[in-house]
Amino acid sequence: MESFEVTKKHDGNVVVLNIKGYLDAHTAPMLENGLQSLIDQGQFRIVVNFKDLIYISSAGLGVFMGFIENIRNNQGDIKLTNMNPKIFRVFDLLGFPMLYDIMEDEQQAITKFNS
Amino acid sequence: MSKDKMKYQLKIPSITDNLELIRMIISTVAEKVGFNPDDVSKIELAVDEACANVIKHAYSKNQLQPIDLVIEIDYKKMSIVVTDHGKGFDFTKMPQTDVKEYLAEMRVGGLGIYLMKALMDEVEFNSHPGMKTQVKMVKYFLKNGELELAKEK
Repeated sequence: MESFEVTKKHDGNVVVLNIKGYLDAHTAPMLENGLQSLIDQGQFRIVVNFKDLIYISSAGLGVFMGFIENIRNNQGDIKLTNMNPKIFRVFDLLGFPMLYDIMEDEQQAITKFNS
Repeated sequence: MSKDKMKYQLKIPSITDNLELIRMIISTVAEKVGFNPDDVSKIELAVDEACANVIKHAYSKNQLQPIDLVIEIDYKKMSIVVTDHGKGFDFTKMPQTDVKEYLAEMRVGGLGIYLMKALMDEVEFNSHPGMKTQVKMVKYFLKNGELELAKEK
C-alpha cells in the first residue's frame, strides 16, 4: 500500500518538502530518507508543508527529532507549516511547539528563513 | 446501540504495513458505535502506537508474529486489548515519560506510551515475560462530568 508521498521544491536557498498521506511507523523511513538526502547535499534550511498530510503517529514525529540537532548545528532549521488541527494536536500533546517553529503557512516560513 | 456486550477478535501479522489496516478496523468500529470524530481519531492513534510498539520492540521487527487485538464494547465504553507473545517488558521499571526531558534531549522514539496515556481514559500494562504482554486501553462514551449529568437526568 503506497500511502505516503514526499515531494521537494526549491524556493531560493530554502527547500520545501510537501508531505502527503499517512505518516506512521511504516512510512516514516520515507521521510527519513528524504531529510537525510537533503542533509547529504548540505541543505539545512528546510520547510515541511503538512497541508496534504492526513495522519501522523509518534514514529513520524520521531523523524523530526532525529534530525533537528544536526540541522541546527549547521545553522539551519526545520520549520513546520500548514498543519490541520488533528495533526497539530499530536504535536501539541508532545510539546513540540516549544521546540519547533510551527507556522500557519509555507510562505511565512520561507520569509522567516530569509529575514 | 444494543445493551449487549460486543466482542471482536483479530489476529494480525506483525508488519508495519498492517498498521493502516489496524487503524481502518479500529476507526470503523469506534465510529459505528457512536464515538465523535475527535474520539475516533484518538482511539485510532492510541491503538496504532500500541501495535507499532509491539512490532518494533516486542518482536524486534521479527516479522509475521501474531498481534492479538480484542475489542469489547458495552453501554459505557470501548476497550481494546493488544496482546503479543514477544520478549516482554517490565512495566514496573518503566520510567515516567517526561516529555520536556525527551524534547530537551531530542531523544528519538519512546513517545508512544505517553501518547497512549494522553489519548485514552485508561491504559493498563501487563507483562509476563516469555509468555505474553498486554496493553489494555479504554475510552468511555461519556466523560466524568457528563456521566454525573446523565445520572441526574
